[in-house]
Amino acid sequence: MINLPATLKISLRALRVNKMRSALTMLGIIIGVSAVIAMLAVGTGASRQIEEQMSSMGSNLLIVVPGATTSGGVRMGAGTQSTLTLADAEAIKRECPAVEEVGPNLTGVAQVVYSNMNWSTGVVGTTPGMLIVRDWTLSSGKPFTEQDVKSATKVCLLGQVVVDNLFGDTDPVGKIIRIKNVPFTVLGVLGKKGQSATGQDQDDTVYIPVTTAQKKVFGTAFPGMIRSMMVKARGAEYLADAEKQINELLRQRHRIGPKQDADFTVRNLTQMMQAREESTKVMTLLLGAIASVSLLVGGIGIMNIMLVSVTERTREIGIRMAIGAKTWDIRLQFIIEALTLSLIGGLAGIIIGVTGSEILSALFGWPTIVSPLSILMSFSFSGLVGIFFGFYPAYKASLLNPIDALRYE
Amino acid sequence: MSLIQVNGISKVYRLGDIDLKALCTVSTKIEQGEFVAIMGPSGSGKSTFMNILGCLDKPTTGQYMLEGIDIGKLDRDELAGIRNKKIGFVFQGFNLLPRTSALENVELPMLYDGIPAKERSEKAAGALKNVGLEGRGGHHPNQLSGGQQQRVAIARALVNNAPIILADEPTGNLDTKTSAEIMELFVKLNTESHITIIIVTHEHDIAAYSKRIIRFLDGCIVSDEEKGIRGQGLENHD
Repeated sequence: MINLPATLKISLRALRVNKMRSALTMLGIIIGVSAVIAMLAVGTGASRQIEEQMSSMGSNLLIVVPGATTSGGVRMGAGTQSTLTLADAEAIKRECPAVEEVGPNLTGVAQVVYSNMNWSTGVVGTTPGMLIVRDWTLSSGKPFTEQDVKSATKVCLLGQVVVDNLFGDTDPVGKIIRIKNVPFTVLGVLGKKGQSATGQDQDDTVYIPVTTAQKKVFGTAFPGMIRSMMVKARGAEYLADAEKQINELLRQRHRIGPKQDADFTVRNLTQMMQAREESTKVMTLLLGAIASVSLLVGGIGIMNIMLVSVTERTREIGIRMAIGAKTWDIRLQFIIEALTLSLIGGLAGIIIGVTGSEILSALFGWPTIVSPLSILMSFSFSGLVGIFFGFYPAYKASLLNPIDALRYE
Repeated sequence: MSLIQVNGISKVYRLGDIDLKALCTVSTKIEQGEFVAIMGPSGSGKSTFMNILGCLDKPTTGQYMLEGIDIGKLDRDELAGIRNKKIGFVFQGFNLLPRTSALENVELPMLYDGIPAKERSEKAAGALKNVGLEGRGGHHPNQLSGGQQQRVAIARALVNNAPIILADEPTGNLDTKTSAEIMELFVKLNTESHITIIIVTHEHDIAAYSKRIIRFLDGCIVSDEEKGIRGQGLENHD
């Protein structure tokens, strides 16, 4: 019969007697566990940030930007040329079966004024389709309609940052603001989205009908010009089809021969973000794996000390055996010692790991998330390490011959 | 039924290719309440005999019956159980756990017998009182004299109410005066509590406390003398 509380008492005493050694042995586990937790926290934080950016951007997105201008042999880079029109956007929505919605973009920076307040912000001329493309809902009021786009009505939707800066606590819906001195009626307020993948504040914006932007705010180089458009495919599996269909349609509409360079580019935003997310996940795993190695090394440290301890206490083991300790009494004594070392080390490691993650975020501004799963995992892993690396020394001790052990000097 | 009955036991150690016969065929009986001294020069087989009696070792051949149990048929853990309940060990070097209080040292056998903590400390304190160490339970072995340490060891041997105490040179590390005190303690336990005491020694004045002397030479019993009265029958063999 094994007396667990008594065995526990014996083991704890042995650890207390050798305080310095116990502490140093634990250090390996402490470093291992805190490294695993901190590394996973950094990785998880990075993934979560990307996930948030992805969901705020909208899902299954393609972006169509104009091609590069060539000015005296110097190519100016993507987007410098203006080749896309509102008609292109409408045609894509009409003729590409893989496309669910299209949101055209004619943007510019403008001074926005309400009463005695003013604010410089990005003004986006677009269609109601953009809200669908970007999975953007309104926090109050109502969106503008296709009818508003057709008749170039002077109405607008405000981002939260603009509302905060112009209105404070006042309800902006129904109020009149001036954009480049043109009066606009506020129809609604856009829901909060936060930072984009590129670090821009997505809430610092004003949405107006694209036609109003073309005719009354920014003007255009040619009729119907837009800067770019965002396209939402019908689903993740349609992204490639949508890309192909848009390419074909625009080449046809812009009369570009098969061997000529296109005057536009279609980019798969979702795919780019997913690639980033994938690489972050791989990085998290990698960091975790490297940290686990130190946990393993900590475990070997425990085994090392336990082996020394078994040799050192051969006589004690002999006495215990002579007095009636059975095989498992001896084994449990040493396993519990190892387990206690690793679990106390694990607990200390968790505390240090969590505070370490906080310090990392505070110091470097990295978003860190300590998941309960990573705590649970590293704690149970350190327990396993204790049992695994404690077992061999315990096994060795239990096999000693009591007569030899009693004679051991 | 005798307390201890050994029938033709022998012990052979294999050292490489050579068989080393530590004990040739030995048979004897020891009854409950006896006080036996086992004597003999080193290498005579008396320690091997003690180890077998103490269930620390098994004979190569022959049969060892302890309270009617055939010890040769028991496995490692069953032997540990027998040692725990039937035999109290007292060693030359005391063999107390260092950095552990006297009380906790005495509690140790009960720890492996699954006795609850409260009962353990009560019985351990009682055993310490029994050997004249009342109030010393908190001392660690290194704070106690040799005689006191040996008393703690005897208390440890007593605490599980074992019928047998096996003492291997119990006075070997003690001065004459302390030795006499320890031996008086054994005599008291033997006469008052009828505990069977088996002592290995090579000192005649220690053996003189016993009532029976078994002498070993080259692995065999050469004489086995019942004296009836303590202190007699020694002169003949000096």
